[in-house]
Amino acid sequence: MAWFKRSAAGVTTATDEKREAPDGLWLKCPSCKASVLTKDLQENLSVCPKCDYHHRLGSEGYFGILFDQGIYEELDADLISLNPLNFKDTKDYGDRLRDARAKTGLRDALRSAVGNLNGFPLVVACMDFDFIGGSMGTVMGEKIARAVDKARALRCPVLVISRSGGARMMEAAFSLMQMAKTSAKLSLADREGIPYISLMTDPTTGGVTASFAMLGDLNLAEPGALIGFAGPRVIRETIKKDLPPGFQSAESVLESGFLDLIVPRHTLKETLARLLSHLRP
Amino acid sequence: MATPPIALSKAETAWLDFEKPIQELEEELSKLRQIQDKGKSDVSGPIRAMETQIQKTKKQLYSQLTGWQKVQLSRHLDRPYTLFYVEHMTTDFVELHGDRCYGDDKAIVGGFANLEGQSVMFIGHQKGINTKMRQYRNFGMANPEGYRKALRLMKLAEKFNKPIVTLVDTPGAFPGIEAEERGQAEAIAKNIREMFQLKVPVIVVIVGEGASGGAIGIGVGDRVLMLENTWYSVISPESCSSILWRSWDHKEKAAEALQLTADAMLKHGLIDEIVPEPLGGAHRDREGMAKTLRATLLRHLQELQALDPSTRIEKRIERFASMGVYGHAS
Repeated sequence: MAWFKRSAAGVTTATDEKREAPDGLWLKCPSCKASVLTKDLQENLSVCPKCDYHHRLGSEGYFGILFDQGIYEELDADLISLNPLNFKDTKDYGDRLRDARAKTGLRDALRSAVGNLNGFPLVVACMDFDFIGGSMGTVMGEKIARAVDKARALRCPVLVISRSGGARMMEAAFSLMQMAKTSAKLSLADREGIPYISLMTDPTTGGVTASFAMLGDLNLAEPGALIGFAGPRVIRETIKKDLPPGFQSAESVLESGFLDLIVPRHTLKETLARLLSHLRP
Repeated sequence: MATPPIALSKAETAWLDFEKPIQELEEELSKLRQIQDKGKSDVSGPIRAMETQIQKTKKQLYSQLTGWQKVQLSRHLDRPYTLFYVEHMTTDFVELHGDRCYGDDKAIVGGFANLEGQSVMFIGHQKGINTKMRQYRNFGMANPEGYRKALRLMKLAEKFNKPIVTLVDTPGAFPGIEAEERGQAEAIAKNIREMFQLKVPVIVVIVGEGASGGAIGIGVGDRVLMLENTWYSVISPESCSSILWRSWDHKEKAAEALQLTADAMLKHGLIDEIVPEPLGGAHRDREGMAKTLRATLLRHLQELQALDPSTRIEKRIERFASMGVYGHAS
């Protein structure tokens, strides 16, 4: 709270929100509020150098972290969402898809790839939150299903990195059935002894959590990630009470017994390598 | 177990807003009948005419229901729920309780029953039949222990080679603090995965509301059927409206956009069959509805039991794995 309020015409920016640098060069950490050079943040795997807050990272970032020399082969890159229901809310879903593609340069909210992690093959499917909130439509479900099939064919582990608000409403029941489709394929991987690792990052909620994200042989999460079935707002509205501090954080989900491990991004590759070495025949 | 006495809601609440034309005609008809009963004048002609008109109006009205109107019918307070169906379709029902882990959820019930000479595991959401029972049943919104009880019973059925029938009718899995802490998401996820590998036949019937994860948590099977006036989607029209239009007022529009009716679901290849309801909805002839459903279940069971378990599992996985629509970038 400022003691004095500046009332001069036109100046309404609160001191906290003042930005003195052009957009993009600096970034304010939402956790510690410190200003960080965007370049520094990127070089630090999008983890705040001051407070270790894990900023959102997309598929390109994770592929770079995980695959040896950053080399990988992308899978099913040509799959695109259609608008099978001609869904229209305040905006036509077809337009929404086109805008999301233009904005992000991505085709949908998940990319999958195969490569090596410390010399051993691994299939990775990773979400991109910037694409309609990482929401799961048919393309995401199909790509995960195929990623699992690829791992089954190669008899190598599969890792799914989730960052999603849940199902994509604009694909309605098609989207719902992706929960079943992905879990169906995982039931086969499970039966065949193919290791499946789920990494939940901020946020992982809804139909994504209630299907493949919670089905890992190992369930991992990034520090501080929000993980839940229902979103905090829905729960608050239902029970008409404030939620306890830290509720649905990775740390409390671990305490409830649903995570094996919380893994900071800096140790992700090393930790996965160690874990996978234990699962090898 | 005896069926609890059924207290049908009062006539004035039993009619939905869009049924007003029928309600008015029905009122006319009962007036005419009163006159006839008094015996002073013969109005049997007008009565017959009125009856014909009512039938005609009903047929017309119910043949062109909107998505939202079907949602309303699916939620009608007099609709039959799981325990009613089990009582009226089977004999020797024994309800089994508990998830062997935390508790006994009242929003999902289950147990063995005898369906035409064979033991079948019935599992379903259960809503309450009056205000007190609706609270007791948590309005059909299960907690994780409900899904875990369901899975325990399914595994029990599998162990003794008994087919499984699940009846889905839920406004959603319960979104509460404890539900989250006890792993609502994990419970649903595990059910979905495990149901794919069940060695016994599994038939799923949406008998009321099929809301999202709460529905699909007991919704994987060799056959997925929907009663005529039910809905199945990723979200309720109200919540969809509140998220996409930022207001609750667009529920009719949301219901249309979601294409959540049995007709649409069949058209999109997401369900296998629509089970017809009595004219005006399942609640207009509850016993008749149970009879139709019973015959439908028997037919599917017979087909499924002719297959060997590994073929059933393979087909079940193939069916769900083929769901969805996508294209290829040029």
